[in-house]
Amino acid sequence: MTAWGLQVDALDVARWQFGVTTVYHFLFVPLTIGLSVLVAILQTLWHRTGNEKYLKLTKFYGKLFLINFAMGVVTGIVQEFQFGMNWSDYSRFVGDIFGAPLAIEALVAFFLESTFIGLWIFGWDRLPKRLHLAAIWAAAIGTNLSAYFILAANSFMQNPVGYRINPETGRAELTDFLAVLTNKVALVTFPHTIAGAFLVAGSLLVAVALWHLIRNRDSADTPAYRFAATFGSWVTLVATAGVVVTGDIQGKIMTEVQPMKMAAAEGLYTTESPASFSVLTVGSLDGSRELFAIKIPYLLSWLGTGDPNGTVHGINDLQAQYAAQYGAGSYTPIIPVTYWSFRFMIAFGLAAAAIALLVLWSQRKGRTPTSRWLLRAGLVMPLLPLVANSFGWIFTEMGRQPWIVFGEMLTRDGVSRSVSLTEVLTSFTAFTLIYATLAVIEVKLLLRYAKAGVPDVSPATEIDDSHDDAERPLAFAY
Amino acid sequence: MELTTIWFLLVAVLFTGYFILEGFDFGVGMLLPVLGRDDRERRVLINTIGPVWDGNEVWLITAGGAMFAAFPEWYATLFSGFYLPLLLILLALIARGVAFEYRHKRPEPSWKRRWDAAIFFGSLVPAVLWGVAFANILRGVPLDAEHEYVGGLLDLLNPYALLGGATTAALFLTHGAVFIALKTVGEVRERAGALAVRLGVGAAVLAVAFLTWTLGIRSSTAAVVLAVAAALALLGGLAAARVRREGWAFTGTAVAIGLAVATLFAALFPNVLPSTLDAAGTLTASNAASTPYTLKIMTWVAVVFTPIVLAYQGWTYWVFRKRIGVAHIPQH
Repeated sequence: MTAWGLQVDALDVARWQFGVTTVYHFLFVPLTIGLSVLVAILQTLWHRTGNEKYLKLTKFYGKLFLINFAMGVVTGIVQEFQFGMNWSDYSRFVGDIFGAPLAIEALVAFFLESTFIGLWIFGWDRLPKRLHLAAIWAAAIGTNLSAYFILAANSFMQNPVGYRINPETGRAELTDFLAVLTNKVALVTFPHTIAGAFLVAGSLLVAVALWHLIRNRDSADTPAYRFAATFGSWVTLVATAGVVVTGDIQGKIMTEVQPMKMAAAEGLYTTESPASFSVLTVGSLDGSRELFAIKIPYLLSWLGTGDPNGTVHGINDLQAQYAAQYGAGSYTPIIPVTYWSFRFMIAFGLAAAAIALLVLWSQRKGRTPTSRWLLRAGLVMPLLPLVANSFGWIFTEMGRQPWIVFGEMLTRDGVSRSVSLTEVLTSFTAFTLIYATLAVIEVKLLLRYAKAGVPDVSPATEIDDSHDDAERPLAFAY
Repeated sequence: MELTTIWFLLVAVLFTGYFILEGFDFGVGMLLPVLGRDDRERRVLINTIGPVWDGNEVWLITAGGAMFAAFPEWYATLFSGFYLPLLLILLALIARGVAFEYRHKRPEPSWKRRWDAAIFFGSLVPAVLWGVAFANILRGVPLDAEHEYVGGLLDLLNPYALLGGATTAALFLTHGAVFIALKTVGEVRERAGALAVRLGVGAAVLAVAFLTWTLGIRSSTAAVVLAVAAALALLGGLAAARVRREGWAFTGTAVAIGLAVATLFAALFPNVLPSTLDAAGTLTASNAASTPYTLKIMTWVAVVFTPIVLAYQGWTYWVFRKRIGVAHIPQH
């Protein structure tokens, strides 16, 4: 089909749909991962100290967590179905390996997460305090566990291990499940992703607390917000350190197992030893030639290999090598996309850390932050690591192209043959519309509840003596 | 027993669990505008399933994952072949899930009305389409020799499948009404109890017609026994509902739905997706399966974790066992 002068086929639309739905899903996942643990920590602090400010913060951030959580859950089902619906030949090819972590994720992690989140939401007055606290921890553990299994599945696509190709069926078969679960890409991607998630969650804590601190200087809840701003800043800084350290290890593993992705991250066309890191390169429009560049010598060699004089392979050499190995064709990702998404990931992620430092500085020696500039910076703060997370995924998935499973199957060979262009255009349009609508609703609700501030938790308002115990209203109801 | 048979049974168990559990969730959602006459009554209805609906839905995610892991060919052919019905189910589940969480977040009646509509349609659409989908699995669909679906949307909308859709919707409505009667007090309970009997008669007629047609398409001794048992359980449940023995009524509809789903799987076995064209295109539990190594690992995982999941999910129902009524609904 030709639309707007472009040739569009079902494969293109299926790819766009996967990209859009995945990036969208992952706008909610980092907050679910990070905030579940942070809320659990806040509730633990209340449990240990009895200080009401922690209970207020638990309920306040818990509400924001749940508004976000619902979106993560419903957009997640689409992800599981989409492999079969749009990528059925891929599913047939890798099902023996790829299905197992998905099934285990559901059985081991999703049940834990969703059952205990229900207990936590509705259990305030029905569970003993200690058990109620355990419920949020169980949900948080379930959430974080789920990340491991899905990342192990994704890592198989980046660096297939623990399998063989059955010569009769042409399919990949599992030979070593432990190898799949301990794929070195998975082992480093997991902490990188979790750290990235905490970067978002910490930033959200700071942004909301800072808004209340600056707008409402003499509020009785100032101590609660001060704590949240400081705690969130530290979480952001520690998470940044985690992202940087794991990202560095990832770079070295990537140079080894997916050298083309590393070269594509850098727009490095010719093999260099030592290789310099490009801070900014402006290339020709087709991305094949460089026009202007700022570079740091030796840095790329050091990042990629741990040796300042190490060899980093260039795109042109790898392309020639793959063409010889896998047959004629392009094995190069879209360089401007990989190059810029890699840089945006780093820049946006680090910007959040810079703001966290400013927030800590503004509160030094018991001061209360007053700066309007800091307020504005704080408001954009959670968006920065969120965007960084999106660019990280765009980079790692686009950098894998043209492969769906590196070295084994091309993305174009994985698409469902029985799904027509009309069908996939229908689904892509439907998902885009419903996702866009829900995004507007979700953001408005988050802002509404963030502005409302910490709730009143004094018990006097909740007990009504006119009813006997059996008729007392629930502590929480939908 | 062969590993492929074990996994056929496990997938059947997961879908059975899913339909029993989310069956009443769907029923509650579809009955929202019928049994909830004002906002507080509607909140009573939603809160009967509030703490558990999300955990119930994980049965579907696990069933899908188990199908992918154990029978990749089945998963791939089914999900790509039933593309548009599954798309509608996904959109419905998205709208419905968000609605539960967002409905009470703003006080405006217009806001609540919209989410009520999302809950109603988000429950109705999957309640019908799951029946359509499973009827088509049983009836068989056009598959070529490479197990690729070669039919169109209209092939899925045949009279037998539409009867299947009507049957699941009617069963879930009855199951939901019985569940509401079991979990509430006051007027809502009375209305739900009375409605359950009326809905149940319709559901029984549809279910008997659908299961009879099913056994006419393909059958086995086990399937016949299960179908008869399903019908008896449903009648028993309705008799209990009539005399307002709500616990027994719910047990009856739950067992009936479980046995009806089991009937479909028993009739299907050893096929998992029959082809109406080339017999070579038929997917069976053995030609759609993963390798024995994968199945063995998955069996161990299932053996260890399924009892744990059942234990804590069962405990959740115990924690939230109390009936609720309008008096329990807080103002905010």
